[in-house]
Amino acid sequence: MRTFLAIAATGLALLAAACGSSGTSSESSSAAGSGGSNAADPCAKDSLQTLEPGKLTISTDNPAYTPYFAGGPGHEWKGEFNNDPYADKGFEDAVAYAVADRLGFTADEVTWTVTPFNQSFKPGPKNFDYYLAQVSITPQRQQEVDLSDPYYAATQAVVGLKGSPITKAKSLADLKSYKLGVEIGTTSADAITSVIDPDTKPNYYNRTRDATQALNNGQIDGLVVDFPTAYYIAFVDPGGGTVVGQFSGTGGEDQWGLVLDKDSPLTPCVDQAIASLKSDGTLAAIEKKWLSDIVGAPVLH
Amino acid sequence: MTDAPSSAGDRRSRILGGGGGAGRNVAVALVSTAVVFTALGLLVVNSSGWEEVRQKFLNGEEFRTWFPDVLSAFWLDVKIFCVAEVVILAFALGIAVLRSLPGPVFFPIRALAIVYTDIFRGVPTILVVYILGFGVPGLQLSGVSTDPVIWGTVALVLVYSAYVAEVYRAGIESVHPSQEAAARSLGLSRWQALRFVILPQAVRRVVPPLLNDFIGLQKDTALVALIGPVEAFRQADIGANADFNYTPYFCAAVLFVAVTVPLARFTDWLIARDRRRQQGGRAA
Repeated sequence: MRTFLAIAATGLALLAAACGSSGTSSESSSAAGSGGSNAADPCAKDSLQTLEPGKLTISTDNPAYTPYFAGGPGHEWKGEFNNDPYADKGFEDAVAYAVADRLGFTADEVTWTVTPFNQSFKPGPKNFDYYLAQVSITPQRQQEVDLSDPYYAATQAVVGLKGSPITKAKSLADLKSYKLGVEIGTTSADAITSVIDPDTKPNYYNRTRDATQALNNGQIDGLVVDFPTAYYIAFVDPGGGTVVGQFSGTGGEDQWGLVLDKDSPLTPCVDQAIASLKSDGTLAAIEKKWLSDIVGAPVLH
Repeated sequence: MTDAPSSAGDRRSRILGGGGGAGRNVAVALVSTAVVFTALGLLVVNSSGWEEVRQKFLNGEEFRTWFPDVLSAFWLDVKIFCVAEVVILAFALGIAVLRSLPGPVFFPIRALAIVYTDIFRGVPTILVVYILGFGVPGLQLSGVSTDPVIWGTVALVLVYSAYVAEVYRAGIESVHPSQEAAARSLGLSRWQALRFVILPQAVRRVVPPLLNDFIGLQKDTALVALIGPVEAFRQADIGANADFNYTPYFCAAVLFVAVTVPLARFTDWLIARDRRRQQGGRAA
């Protein structure tokens, strides 16, 4: 991928070149929305105070699961179900590289480190510039670390058993005639009544686990949960299912943000990069490719 | 008891306090009731959190919004209750009779009946509902229903039959052994003695505790909600979640009370009638 960040100060450009980057990008114009080649641009690549100058350190959990990482095992990410983040494959992997690109880093300048999920949003020194592993944005976490603007807002999804009639549904209207199940008090429960509005009253369960059991028992035809959970239920545990489709809920769904160190100078630049990925449709394209097309979970209308 | 009451009027006056004229007793009872409840009411209404509690739990608007939905869901509770009650009455009687079979030959059957009542009285109802509601359909047996309403009802039948069987057994054992001896000496078979002499007396004696168990059963129909179906409690749950207000639960509570209170009064009436008959001796 090519980079488009303005670098005005020649001295800094030389420094960048010394650090192994191509050094030919010094004449390219800015596309990151920071307004021209202002030497004071705090988000210019060479102004960025990254962990290692001229390089970007991104981190995720190990193992890294599909469909968020999808390159197959490699580097430290070993094992059958693991995925190498250096592969630039999978939804979050693509997001990580797209943000790096907008910050002005080439794929070669990206280093990946491992951070266990629960450590990522704890206070203390960080071994990454930013981290991503489906970290939901919550007020508690925002007190401990910086969380970027969301790069993903969960959709609602319907899980059905492989080969069952509901898997032929092609629209929200097709779902009306099926017996659906949902966990009580969730955004999915709201979505069933206000978006799908099924003909028969859905079954309500205290836990998604119960609803999953009911689905396997054939007590319901389809289970409505947010997409990440749907993916997990359909393909991982207990598996044997399929994501019939996904649709926008009524709001309040989980949103994921990149984790940065508390008060990191990088945070506004990452937010800017995400805003630019959103406005030019790159983020939507990444989501469609990795969370809809490849998974086989069409967006239902 | 020395002065067995002979009429309903006497009994009532005793409840109200005894001594003096009936009219004065009623007046005193009314005044003291009014004082006690007014004091309690003032205490609640003047508490600092009352306004918020009233908004959250006793909101008139919420009540009107959700009551029709909760009421229509309540019919599922009534259906489950009615079906379960009939099945329990028969099934539990069978268990009790098996447990009362005499002689060493029937020991295995008695043992089974004991194990059954021990297990199903011991395991919390909520667990039985869970295990049957999700477990049996999970076996994927062909021809066996996976309907959670059916399996929830079966769970309630199993649990409450264990209690009711014990109630029946107490009734059977309360019939003096001479009754059976007399019946047998008249030429009735063991089965006939049970059917025409023992059980009619036994069942009559245990009707009040039986109804007591059924009041419990009525409330426990709400447990079926755990395995999926939307009955009154679950519908109230949905309402409470939608509006972040607890008033829909109050709707459900009102409905459950509306059904259990008449049954409770009926039970009281039966107990009173029984006592009258026994103490009056000749009245029955």
